Amino acid sequence: MNSGRIFGMALLAAVLGTAAIGSAQAAEPPLKVGLLEDVSGDLAFMGMPKLHGSQLAVEEINKSGGILGRQIELIHLDPQGDNARYQEFGRRLLNRDKVDVLIGGITSASREALRPIVDRTTTPYFYTNQYEGGVCDASMISMGAVPEQQFSTLIPWMVEKFGKKVYVIAADYNFGQISAEWNRKIMKDLGGEVVGEEFIPLGVSQFAQTIQNIQKAKPDWLLTINVGAAQDSFFEQAAAANLNLPMGSSIKVMLGFEHKRFRPPALNNMHATANWFEEIDTPEANDFKKRWHAKFPDELYINDMGYNAYNALYMYKALVEKAKSTKLDEMRKVIASGDACIDAPEGKVCIDPKSQHTSHRMRLISVGPKHEVTVEKDYGTIQPYWLGEIGCDLTKKNDKDQYTPSHLPSKS
Amino acid sequence: MSAELFSVFYQFADVFAFLILSAAGLAIVFGMMGVINMAHGEFIMCGAYVTVGLVNLGVPLPIAQILAAVTAGIIGMIVEFLIVRRFYKRPLDSLLATWGLSLIVTQSMLLIVGSAVRGIGTPEGSFAIGGYTFSTYRLVLFGAAVAVLAGLYIIFMKTRFGVVARATMQNAAMAKALGARTGRIYSISFGIGTALAGLCGALYAPTMTLIPTMGATFVVESFVTVVIGGANVLLGTAPAAVFLAMIRMALNASYGQIIGQIGMLFAVILIIRVLPEGLSSVLVRRGR
Repeated sequence: MNSGRIFGMALLAAVLGTAAIGSAQAAEPPLKVGLLEDVSGDLAFMGMPKLHGSQLAVEEINKSGGILGRQIELIHLDPQGDNARYQEFGRRLLNRDKVDVLIGGITSASREALRPIVDRTTTPYFYTNQYEGGVCDASMISMGAVPEQQFSTLIPWMVEKFGKKVYVIAADYNFGQISAEWNRKIMKDLGGEVVGEEFIPLGVSQFAQTIQNIQKAKPDWLLTINVGAAQDSFFEQAAAANLNLPMGSSIKVMLGFEHKRFRPPALNNMHATANWFEEIDTPEANDFKKRWHAKFPDELYINDMGYNAYNALYMYKALVEKAKSTKLDEMRKVIASGDACIDAPEGKVCIDPKSQHTSHRMRLISVGPKHEVTVEKDYGTIQPYWLGEIGCDLTKKNDKDQYTPSHLPSKS
Repeated sequence: MSAELFSVFYQFADVFAFLILSAAGLAIVFGMMGVINMAHGEFIMCGAYVTVGLVNLGVPLPIAQILAAVTAGIIGMIVEFLIVRRFYKRPLDSLLATWGLSLIVTQSMLLIVGSAVRGIGTPEGSFAIGGYTFSTYRLVLFGAAVAVLAGLYIIFMKTRFGVVARATMQNAAMAKALGARTGRIYSISFGIGTALAGLCGALYAPTMTLIPTMGATFVVESFVTVVIGGANVLLGTAPAAVFLAMIRMALNASYGQIIGQIGMLFAVILIIRVLPEGLSSVLVRRGR
């Protein structure tokens, strides 16, 4: 046997070997990721970056070998901002497509519409928005920022900088109502005063009366938690009427990118605390932005929802690989160990075992007259501590409830 | 005190302008012609997008707004020729056809133009009275609403076209027998209606966020104004707008936007119950 033949056979064996491994891999079915994001309707401009973030993460993960060697199949449905469709499509993904994980939902109303349906299954659900906080539910993992990360940082800063009187403009549904409740609680603790609160029905676009009510109440600053394209018209109309008050928000700029959608200076003097905004200037963030814009060159702004949606898939990958299983129970053991962390573009983020919410590095940003964004203060990493403090402990008990400052767990 | 008085007038003018501008086009298309145009909001959206597009190309705002209204009018006449013409005797089918058109248009705009367009900003100008500051542009909107009413009065009451148009709407067969070209009358009337919808979008474009579904924020108000106004554009729509504006303004000011909206829609239900033919049925009868 000459060396050439030995070499040839070795090569053949190697080829056959890899072919065998390859076919074994192909036989492994892909992981199904169900995604519900609005890419049409009133919230499409926010939902589109969420879809893009998910697509980018899936593409990257698949290219680098998938999750536990399995490729990801993304099944996206568009509920068009309709809560009934969220439920219908949620059932379809969970029961018919039998997805391994469900991700998505924009408004808190859509999340609360989905949650009871998810709770009846053993499928994990990732909610990827910042929100009003308080959901204590073992099936849900929250990737966005919550009030103790956003309001407990922003409101004291606004009070110190601008004064103790605030006027609130909020969207009239659970997000706006509960966020306003958070504001009342924090303002009371600070000795401040809420001089007015106005809840606006979704879809309302005319604000002349609201602007005058504000001027009558003479606040030092405004808390703007209005939602959707129609309600955002407030900024343009307030600027035209020369209202000229400092504003704070948990959803403006980094989420709705109003500073890109409105002509300056409509968003001048807006302040927000955020874990992500496109203007973050760190090597990790810049690398992430480059990859995003290479895939989606027309993206107006990478908002924090889209960013969180991207992270959700990497968090899912980390949980599955550490648990070596796609089962919710096994993944929750990883969360309970406190070891559920990923290196995100903002820095390291971890899931809190008690509440299954995510720690975030929070920064306070301001918008200037030319709509330039500057970082006023860096708070470092803030844990989602509130649910744990009031007695939600998912490692011990699954409450399946949403708590607010006025609706706390019963002490039993 | 005078500041408070002016503020009440300003708020009334603001709601009135919104109701008149969003309803004027529909008053012709639905009120007079009887076509339930579910795509009314999309003509408004068309006016807004054309305005912003032209301004971004460097066209001055007022000219862009006029061109936008003209564009919406021309598109309206094309739609009338291709679709609406086939449904004059079938009002319920016209509802379905135009609703389908509205869905196609919003979705196509989303695919072609994208989910959000950068706004152009409201023209500069504000003034202060007492402790309040007001946007000058909102008064321009009020002026435009009054001008639209005046323009409609002249077109439909003082011109030959107006006489023939009203005759056609009342009895098309008789008008045709007397030599009126009813097909053309319908086409032009529909065009005027959609041009006014486009004008509404053009006028509100600087003050709002532009998204493909923006027409929806106008549609409820425009339909309720036309429905409680009844068939007569001038003697129906205008009083209806005054009436609804007063209710909404008063409730908005004292109880906030939610009660304002609920109260306005509640008033609409009451009026339709008591006067199924709308306000104009009472006013026109008195006038005779």
